[in-house]
Amino acid sequence: MPRFSSEKDLESYRHKVAAGRAPDRRAVAVCAGTGCKAFGSAKLLPVFEAELAKASLKGKIELRATGCHGFCERGPLVLIFPAGRLYTKVKPEDVPEIVREDLAGGRVVERLLYRDPVSGKAYEKEEDIPFYMHQQRLVLKNNGLLDPASLDDYLALGGYRALAKAFAMGPEKVLEEVKKSGLRGRGGAGFWTGRKWEICRAAPGPDKVIICNADEGDPGAFMDRSVIEGNPHSVLEGMLIGAFAIGASTGCVYIRQEYPLAVERLGRAVAAAREAGLLGENILGSGFAFDLRIYRGGGAFVCGEESAMIASIEGRRGVPRRRPPYPAQSGLWGRPTNINNVETWANVPWIIDRGADWYRAIGTEKSTGTKIFSLVGKVNNTGLVEVPMGISLRQIVFDIGGGIPGGKKFKAVQTGGPSGGCLPASKLDIPVDFDTLVREGAMMGSGGMIVMDESTCMVDVARYFLNFLKFESCGNCTSCRDGLYQLHRLFTDIAEGRGSEHTLELVEELARTVKATSLCALGSTAVNPVESTLKYFREEILAHVRDRRCPAKVCKALITYTINDKCNGCTLCAKRCPQQAITGTVKKLHVIDQKKCIKCGICLDVCKQDAVWVE
Amino acid sequence: MAIRIFIDEQEVKAEPGESVLMVARRAGFDIPALCYHEAVESIGACRLCLVEVRSGARPGISTSCNMKAEDGLRISTDSPEIRRDRATNLELLLLRAPGSPVLRELAARWGVRPRLQPPPDAGIANCILCELCVRVCAALGHNALAAVGRGEKKRVGPAFGKPAEGCVGCGACLSVCPTRCIVMKDTPAARTIWGQSFEFHRCQVCGQPVITEKHRAFAIAKRGLPEDYYDVCEPCKQSQASQRFASVVW
Amino acid sequence: MTPAAAPAVDTAKVKEILSRHPAGDAGALVNVLHDLQAEFRYLPEEALKLAAEHLQISQAQVFGVATFYEGFHLKPRGKHVCTVCMGTACHVRGAPKLLDQLERDLKVRAGGTTPDLSVTLETVNCVGACALGPLLIVDGEYHGNMTTGRLPKLVDSVLKEGKS
Repeated sequence: MPRFSSEKDLESYRHKVAAGRAPDRRAVAVCAGTGCKAFGSAKLLPVFEAELAKASLKGKIELRATGCHGFCERGPLVLIFPAGRLYTKVKPEDVPEIVREDLAGGRVVERLLYRDPVSGKAYEKEEDIPFYMHQQRLVLKNNGLLDPASLDDYLALGGYRALAKAFAMGPEKVLEEVKKSGLRGRGGAGFWTGRKWEICRAAPGPDKVIICNADEGDPGAFMDRSVIEGNPHSVLEGMLIGAFAIGASTGCVYIRQEYPLAVERLGRAVAAAREAGLLGENILGSGFAFDLRIYRGGGAFVCGEESAMIASIEGRRGVPRRRPPYPAQSGLWGRPTNINNVETWANVPWIIDRGADWYRAIGTEKSTGTKIFSLVGKVNNTGLVEVPMGISLRQIVFDIGGGIPGGKKFKAVQTGGPSGGCLPASKLDIPVDFDTLVREGAMMGSGGMIVMDESTCMVDVARYFLNFLKFESCGNCTSCRDGLYQLHRLFTDIAEGRGSEHTLELVEELARTVKATSLCALGSTAVNPVESTLKYFREEILAHVRDRRCPAKVCKALITYTINDKCNGCTLCAKRCPQQAITGTVKKLHVIDQKKCIKCGICLDVCKQDAVWVE
Repeated sequence: MAIRIFIDEQEVKAEPGESVLMVARRAGFDIPALCYHEAVESIGACRLCLVEVRSGARPGISTSCNMKAEDGLRISTDSPEIRRDRATNLELLLLRAPGSPVLRELAARWGVRPRLQPPPDAGIANCILCELCVRVCAALGHNALAAVGRGEKKRVGPAFGKPAEGCVGCGACLSVCPTRCIVMKDTPAARTIWGQSFEFHRCQVCGQPVITEKHRAFAIAKRGLPEDYYDVCEPCKQSQASQRFASVVW
Repeated sequence: MTPAAAPAVDTAKVKEILSRHPAGDAGALVNVLHDLQAEFRYLPEEALKLAAEHLQISQAQVFGVATFYEGFHLKPRGKHVCTVCMGTACHVRGAPKLLDQLERDLKVRAGGTTPDLSVTLETVNCVGACALGPLLIVDGEYHGNMTTGRLPKLVDSVLKEGKS
């Protein structure tokens, strides 16, 4: 890798790399995102290598490990180029067939294609699959095309072109362009990015800092992890452009330690960028200097809050402090500081490269561009989806997500993580943008979208978030620390059949105070899951309180397990029951002793006859 | 240069950057606060010193201890919302420290009765986790205490839950503790606090304890005092001085 | 079973790790803790005391920071670590059942270690592998779509390996 000392250097090298890559060159891309890796995608690479060699195709077909494609549900994913053919759930034993039939023989391996669970239709090309068809991929666009460890790959796809352009534009124009684009922060409240940069740029003090918030703490959200793992240079390029516009020479990436692969890939990208002269002194001969350090988080959700993150980088307990002063005035090490999250930074190169007008054309007037959602929970096509802002919840959950598995009924979608809320079926047609979600009692947050069906209990979900938050509260404010503890306790009472109307009154009273009197956003938004549940699912709560009944059959204290006459006496449940609560002899109907039963649900899971009944 | 702020429509003079709570108290307003001490930085932990901001870009309920006075700031110290939220936070504190006379007195005054279950007692009984002890100990240069853990499991104490490194037995932590929950025991010979005993340095005149030996060594080294500085206790020093004075006059 | 005594800490190793960070740099504390834990798999008291000395901060300060972050462990961990993902997606797909079962089978509560130091049971708030939920991580390896039916076999295989 040469060291680029000017834009000309960069462009001539890019030209050289691109020339060596015919657009129709043949390649096998194996997804190496966390999801596919967990399904065993790493085992595919050596098999492919061996099989390609056996078929004398080595050197003729390139083998690549790429970033996350987003369709995690169907992993491991293998893409065949230039055809764009997608094979799903590929196992090592499938590889010889793919090489023999497809790569050597030019015949499609039908059985590995994606098949629509409803229509049964098989799809050959990735872009034709409904999951991908309705998406508009910008930030994730190159994830499946490049090897995250290769700077060459990024350059071949136009990487760092926007940075060179930014240098030519000058910081003021870059700032104007970002402001004009209408970009809003993808990490939470959706503050205007350009405005935020402007405040920091205007703050007195020459020694400014930018931070990339990669502490993706919302459970159920993993787009930032995927962007860093799949396309780390796009984040670095965005940060470089931002640093140039703001006038910062120092950068930090604060990344979750729970994401070891992302830490590793980002570290490599930083080293490669440094070697190529894209980080350091006098970048591309512009006179601009910038370098960055990676800080690993210690495992604290509250550190996603700006002042807590700063405290953590400074080596202290991640306790938020009162603002003002805002980080833009006095932030990390007392210097003016600008913080944006991974997805926000990764949008920046697109805005500079294509222009604000092009960017504004995507999405809605006040929520421009695309947003990545992690579509998870009770949905057929789990994965990462990137859509233009303003698309409806229904399109995301049903058109892209393929609806609810097992023919069950949709109940709610939770957006915005622990600071967000649960929206019911009646809200499926609202447009997904920053302001509408807030108006409806939820939040964009970082883009977690957890689908719930009729077998999800909303009391249980509210209790889940309260448990999460009381554990993640830094413990400074009485209202948040003890208020959330008490709210969790009250919801436990409801879930365990001890609730009354008085419990609900206490819940509402406490929720008000936690929201109004906590110092930081963790506390002030912590009751959103509770309030949205009270607003949209009051009937379900009342069923727990008045009738001592859990309609979704989740709350242990309110359900019983029984065995019906479908039982064929296979004895499996009796063997696996940890309490020895099930009696019965071979080929005879089994019975659960309700006094011994702890409602662990193992009998239900192991029964092959559908004979265990929950009521 | 002095600035003006408005508390319940009354104009009050303040220095820029001063704690609004301090300004209000100086002007005679009664705002309760348990975690505030003017000698150390405010952290806004107890959430009792609530006021309502009625000016600027961010109106609404806020704590006053960590709010800085700015020219033209308008706040009110009483409203149904303030009373309601303050009562709820007091109730939560009372559950943690049912034995604290200060909290009981406040609860009686505002008619607050606990309706909820107390949280599990992870740390010191009756501790409301305000960290005043931690902050004062750090400000005095001992750094023997810390906030430990987080969320519902937060507590305060010395490192590793063992006798505190750096503790000199000065007792400042107890003197600032709003619920007086820190256990300190003095005998004529020694003081026991945070799991350690500290021998007293005694007055050479009356024999009463003056200061712990460890605190004496710390203070002499830090403040460059003469070795015999703590050899006579304050009352004896005074009576010696008045005797000297008497011998000169008469 | 009596709890195994914590192994003695290699002070030379601790000092070598500390020497990678400038003496007196209090801001390096979180990074120092990461580095120490990478070596020892937990944060031994002795190592934390040396860290305080090196960074010229009090032991209380080090202890306060180390206990704030969930990722730092102050007690020795088992030879194997079983982590149940408690992210929202895993939760709605049945993670609590898995945790209950593991607590029962291993006879430890989440966050605890078996007395023979063979297994530590932990939870994590989300590792972002939501498509695989419910997810169990055993010694860093992901096991997706876990069921209460498949769980005992997996745990057995881990424990057996531990004894061999």
